[in-house]
Amino acid sequence: MNTSTQSIPQLTRSRRRLPSELTILLVLVGISLTFEILGWILQGQSFLANTQRLAIMILQVSVIGIIAIGVTQVIISDGIDLSSGSIVGATAMISMSLAQASSFPRALYPGLTDLPVVIPVVAGLLVGIVCGAINGFLIAYSRIPPFIATLGMMVTARGFAKWYTKGQPISFPTDSFAAIGKGLAPVLIFLAVAAVMHIVLRYTRYGKFTYAIGANRQAARVSGINVERHTVKVYAVAGLLSALAGIVVASRGLTAQAGMGTSYELDAIAMAVIGGVSLSGGRGSIPGTMIGMVIFGVIISGFTFLRLDAYYQEMLKGVIIVAAVVADVYRQRKRVKS
Amino acid sequence: MVSPGTAAAIKRVLEATEADGLLAIEGIRKEFPGVLALDNVQLRIRPGTVHALMGENGAGKSTLMKIIAGIYQPDAGEIRLRGIPTVLKSPLDALEQGIAMIHQELQLMNWMTVAENIWIRREPKNSFGLIDHSKMVTMTEELFARLNIVLDPRAQVSELTVAQKQMVEIARAVSYESSVLIMDEPTSALTDREVEHLFSIIRDLRERGIGIVYITHKMNELFEIADEFTVFRDGKYVGTHSSKDVTRDDIIRMMVGREITDMFPKIDCPIGDVVLEVKNLNIPGVFYDISFSLRRGEILGLAGLVGSKRSNVAEALFGVTPAASGEILVNGKPVTIDSPSAAMSHGFAFLTEDRKETGCFLILNCLENIQSALITRSHVNAGFVDQSTVTKLAEEMAAKLRVKTPNLYETVENLSGGNQQKLLIARWLLTKPRILILDEPTRGIDVGAKSEIHRLITALAAEGVAVLMISSELPEVLGMSDRIVVMHEGHVSGVLDRAEANQVKIMDLAAR
Ligand SMILES: Nc1ncnc2c1ncn2[C@@H]1O[C@H](COP(=O)(O)OP(=O)(O)OP(=O)(O)O)[C@@H](O)[C@H]1O
Ligand SMILES: [Mg+2]
Repeated sequence: MNTSTQSIPQLTRSRRRLPSELTILLVLVGISLTFEILGWILQGQSFLANTQRLAIMILQVSVIGIIAIGVTQVIISDGIDLSSGSIVGATAMISMSLAQASSFPRALYPGLTDLPVVIPVVAGLLVGIVCGAINGFLIAYSRIPPFIATLGMMVTARGFAKWYTKGQPISFPTDSFAAIGKGLAPVLIFLAVAAVMHIVLRYTRYGKFTYAIGANRQAARVSGINVERHTVKVYAVAGLLSALAGIVVASRGLTAQAGMGTSYELDAIAMAVIGGVSLSGGRGSIPGTMIGMVIFGVIISGFTFLRLDAYYQEMLKGVIIVAAVVADVYRQRKRVKS
Repeated sequence: MVSPGTAAAIKRVLEATEADGLLAIEGIRKEFPGVLALDNVQLRIRPGTVHALMGENGAGKSTLMKIIAGIYQPDAGEIRLRGIPTVLKSPLDALEQGIAMIHQELQLMNWMTVAENIWIRREPKNSFGLIDHSKMVTMTEELFARLNIVLDPRAQVSELTVAQKQMVEIARAVSYESSVLIMDEPTSALTDREVEHLFSIIRDLRERGIGIVYITHKMNELFEIADEFTVFRDGKYVGTHSSKDVTRDDIIRMMVGREITDMFPKIDCPIGDVVLEVKNLNIPGVFYDISFSLRRGEILGLAGLVGSKRSNVAEALFGVTPAASGEILVNGKPVTIDSPSAAMSHGFAFLTEDRKETGCFLILNCLENIQSALITRSHVNAGFVDQSTVTKLAEEMAAKLRVKTPNLYETVENLSGGNQQKLLIARWLLTKPRILILDEPTRGIDVGAKSEIHRLITALAAEGVAVLMISSELPEVLGMSDRIVVMHEGHVSGVLDRAEANQVKIMDLAAR
């Protein structure tokens, strides 16, 4: 008798299990309802039924959200990026210095005023790509842990931003540069970035490689993936998105300061982790991070709404970040158990 | 004085023990989302016996063992230890009740030493309450001396070969001095010599009254070591027999529900030109002056004992750890292979030995695992993966290899060991290699699927693929290979033709 005469098992194509994003969505709903109830009790008004508040909240988190999208793919590849906030500062300075209007008498480069908007934008993005690529090179080829490499970039890029004008802010951009961050533009930019990255992570080879490297670096290498080259790309993309965020912040604020973006990296990492991106790599998604971002925003705006002291807010933010990581660890452990 | 009531109770327990043996499992059921892994199964382990648990890949063997070791909780059923109904709440609980387990997948901590791995949580302390490292080393040496294991207790586990790691696992399990010892495929990474060694350890434990549960897919081991065996099929209990009363074919019929006769379906196919030529390949301290050639349509076996560095040669050929010197010629042209992707561009594929470390993406799904190598060179347009085609190819290959999974979107860590191995084979077969290197291809694979995989390998050879196969199972090497290169401690000690090769000659060359 021949084994191949046996019927071959049929594989079904259904995906039965609920996506993990759903759990995070439930957390969001729970938190929102809590603030709603507390609102009626403590403030005598609704938290959710205030579209203006929600619009402000989304605007606030969108800029960091752009960074979180880049950070998401870094964490999925089992890395971390601490340099995003400093890259925001550095790019804000550079692009603003090339975006000044000639009507301003004390421009940094008096010969380079009223330039077309693409020049400051492209220059800023290039700075981000270069910083990110340096991170990636260090991590991939000299085997420095991502934490250390990007910590180095964090300090260096911040130092650069301060040195650039010896600490002086730069202001008065052209109207076209100022338009980048006006009104709801940051939200639209964020949505576009998120949509593109979602498609990239799900349907392209770049995405597949990112997950594979994060899940098992050795196995990825043996599968023929050029792990080093891909790592450089991932960090360069993260740098690019931090730079984009820097340009948006500078444009929206009509000014650039060396201290811009301080601690954005932590908020971005927190959004990703709250959204279910696993710090041990290989797991997470853009929809997850987007929900994580909204949760983050709801919490901040909810605290403000409840008139919680700013200092308490900051402390509670720390608690929330730790709680998100604990939840991640717990999820891992539960997975191992059964 | 013992009161009459107590005496009666003791008598009851003793009687129950008599009937139950050491460990009795009854009516166990375990369901995972979408999979009924165990359905009303039973098992009885008597002290001083080796009880083999048999079944196809995914039959539920490891799941039951994990229940006995306190890792999973059963949905229903009873576990009686010496006649007393017991709940095993956690692995620690099971250990304390005298149940130790050697897992199918290695569970060692790579960055710690051998001694630290063995005595974890039970480290000897000095008078300051700190860990006494020298005592720990001595204890390890004593343990190794008793078990005849030659290994440095201070060596870091990440430096060991898979077989050495397996021996450490065995030593650790024995060190618990448990009354029930579970061994889930302990020999899948061992060559005959270590298997013999393990058997002598097992016989010694059996003598001392320990009950051993032994899982294996190697039929000859069953008759050599097992006293009794139980068969599961698709999560159901089929039967328990004494191994004296049955033949190999009986067992296979019980396991598979059909007959499998041609185990090594070797087809004689024309052997063509030399595809791969290896000249004086060296990695100082690992292997020396490795030279051989491989032709189109040829299956070249690579045999040797553990420590013969067969796997290192394979890794060098595929660029995982490139060779320090020597030449590799593909189709007569010298090539530089400094990374796996370079090797793949010359038509190589490489199934690694250690599926957990270098094989599977455990947290990703089956599809991602199968397609990972394929999409590095094809089926990608402008960066986008041609997912519908790739999915179709993956589904076909998974069905051909009889991968048992609810669907391809199942996370791979939920698959049984043998099914994980099948996914890795599928991964490499899909890349349509010209030179296929297989390191222990049928590790942990059941008899039915094994002959299917052998058939596939032979069919590939018939299509002109050159195959280099490392295997610790001599019957497999002898049955499949056209020629056999035997290695001994990093050197090629001989090359045998299919016609002249036999077990004795191979062992002679391998052991010197
Ligand atoms: N944690 C889990 N989640 C979901 N399904 C699981 C899980 N563990 C095991 N299974 C499923 O249960 C079935 C039995 O698996 P098990 O590992 O017990 O098989 P096995 O008999 O040990 O096979 P092998 O010989 O391949 O090791 C398989 O179909 C497997 O996919
Ligand atoms: Mg198993």
